[in-house]
Amino acid sequence: MSTAEFLFCSAEREAIAGLIAHALVPRAACTDVLRFVQAQRGFVSDQSLAEIAPLLGMSVAELDEVATFYNLIFRRPVGDSVLFLCNSVTCWMLGQPALETHLKKRLGITPGETSVDGKMTLLPIVCLGHCDHAPAVLLDGALHGDVDCNKLDELLSLEPV
Amino acid sequence: MERPLTRNIRPDAPPLDLASYEAEGGYRTLRAVLGRVAPADLVATITESGLGGRGGGGFSTGRKWQAMPTPAERPGPRYFIINADEMEPGTFKDRLLLEGDPHQLLEGLILSAYAVQATHGIVFVRGEYARAIQTLQRAVGQAEARGFLGQNILGSGFHFTADIHASAGRYICGEETAMLNALEGKRAIPRAKPPLPQTSGFFGHPTIINNVETICNVPHIMGRGVDWYRGLGVNGAAGTKIFGVSGRVNRPGAYELPMGTPLRELIEEYGGGMQPGVGFRALLPGGASTGFMQAQNLDVPMSVEAFAARGHRLGTGTAIVLDDRTCPVAFIANLQKFFAQESCGWCAPCRDGLPWVEQTLNAIEAGEGSRAELDLLAEMTGHLGPGRTFCALAPGAMASLQTGLACFREDFERHIHDRRCAWH
Repeated sequence: MSTAEFLFCSAEREAIAGLIAHALVPRAACTDVLRFVQAQRGFVSDQSLAEIAPLLGMSVAELDEVATFYNLIFRRPVGDSVLFLCNSVTCWMLGQPALETHLKKRLGITPGETSVDGKMTLLPIVCLGHCDHAPAVLLDGALHGDVDCNKLDELLSLEPV
Repeated sequence: MERPLTRNIRPDAPPLDLASYEAEGGYRTLRAVLGRVAPADLVATITESGLGGRGGGGFSTGRKWQAMPTPAERPGPRYFIINADEMEPGTFKDRLLLEGDPHQLLEGLILSAYAVQATHGIVFVRGEYARAIQTLQRAVGQAEARGFLGQNILGSGFHFTADIHASAGRYICGEETAMLNALEGKRAIPRAKPPLPQTSGFFGHPTIINNVETICNVPHIMGRGVDWYRGLGVNGAAGTKIFGVSGRVNRPGAYELPMGTPLRELIEEYGGGMQPGVGFRALLPGGASTGFMQAQNLDVPMSVEAFAARGHRLGTGTAIVLDDRTCPVAFIANLQKFFAQESCGWCAPCRDGLPWVEQTLNAIEAGEGSRAELDLLAEMTGHLGPGRTFCALAPGAMASLQTGLACFREDFERHIHDRRCAWH
């Protein structure tokens, strides 16, 4: 089989092999590999799953069972940026619903949706451990607290209303 | 007041690197203990100190360690896992320790591993804690380079390596047997107990799983002794603990206080009391899976024993305050939404019961509930309670519902009678 038939480039395949070699048994690396694939490709496609499952000694179904279990593994494409809005109790109490309404108005999306320009995906997330600065959001992996509508506009580089 | 756990942590400053941590006395206990004190004596020290699990369970750390078979009884690999899957709504104490003083955790891990003669350690960190993951990975690299991790550590003959595992986000991974499945590359559902992880844990090998804050106590106890440690507590409790408060109080935050500090002091003095114009209704003392406590019950010392003696659970010690601007029915519905979503789906009462509870609460909140449903909700707290489910997730969810139905009976009935929510 020529390399052209692989989804992953040789550097990626090498990195995946490294993660697997470090684990006690190949499948123990599956979270690491899923995270790596997503970091490289934005999400974990069916084709990615099919390619990495045999390397992990898992069936595609077994690997999908793990992939779909986790809140942070995306099995569908997401926008260029991903905004997680905490909807657990303290953030909910201190303003998360208003942030959701604001995002609907500014970007036209509700949790689970991607903006039409493909720039932003909004997802709900459980408690981010930032309750003393609620409401909190996670934008492309970075945690922000004491978020109100103005701060959200700033974070997303939106013109103030 | 001594604050051993947070003494090196400065808000808005990067964590101490290895050299600065050592300059502050860090790894001194490791040098004093490895190869010089018998592991069994260290287990005895931790047992006598009264240290209990800080992840919410409160079980004696020393007794947990004692349940591990000795290397002579069970030759082969032995694992020490740190549970850094902090995900309980309202809980924000371990992130402080992970980001603020990573070497304190690593020193605690190496000392704890030495005490139970573990061969490899894993810090299991929730995927959302990206900064904590990076901070820990850097710290592990520094500790390896300094010879604190690896073969024959400090010439003691003790070998121990450690990895940081970045998870991908799921509350149930904090349940220790689900965590083992996650680490083995399986869907993270809990396992049946027994066997306990101490006898059959990671890939069937003897394994200890302890919370971050628990293990951060270890260097201080082993370094300064049981009497000093026990003396840190008040009202009959031992040591310190990071308590926290969130909600509409004046100074929400995390505070390291003597174990046994009265709950009222946390809320009124450290938390600064309620914000102007906002009234206190009740609080959950230690995260989403603890029960409500009302104003008249706040004089209880914050210790596992004092809480248990009064029928409460301290949980993680990070309180969530419910105020009079928030609908208690909606508050409880939000908690149940969390548990329904994070249920792993393995056992039926939890998988099917929690979504029903959530939907029923939402219906009552929207003014579409009935009295019969109120009775059914009360009945469900039994069906989903301790002993009826595979793990503690659903019983934890029922704590706020059961106590909430009692504390806010009038609010529930008003929703049903008025067919609307008075807050919306």
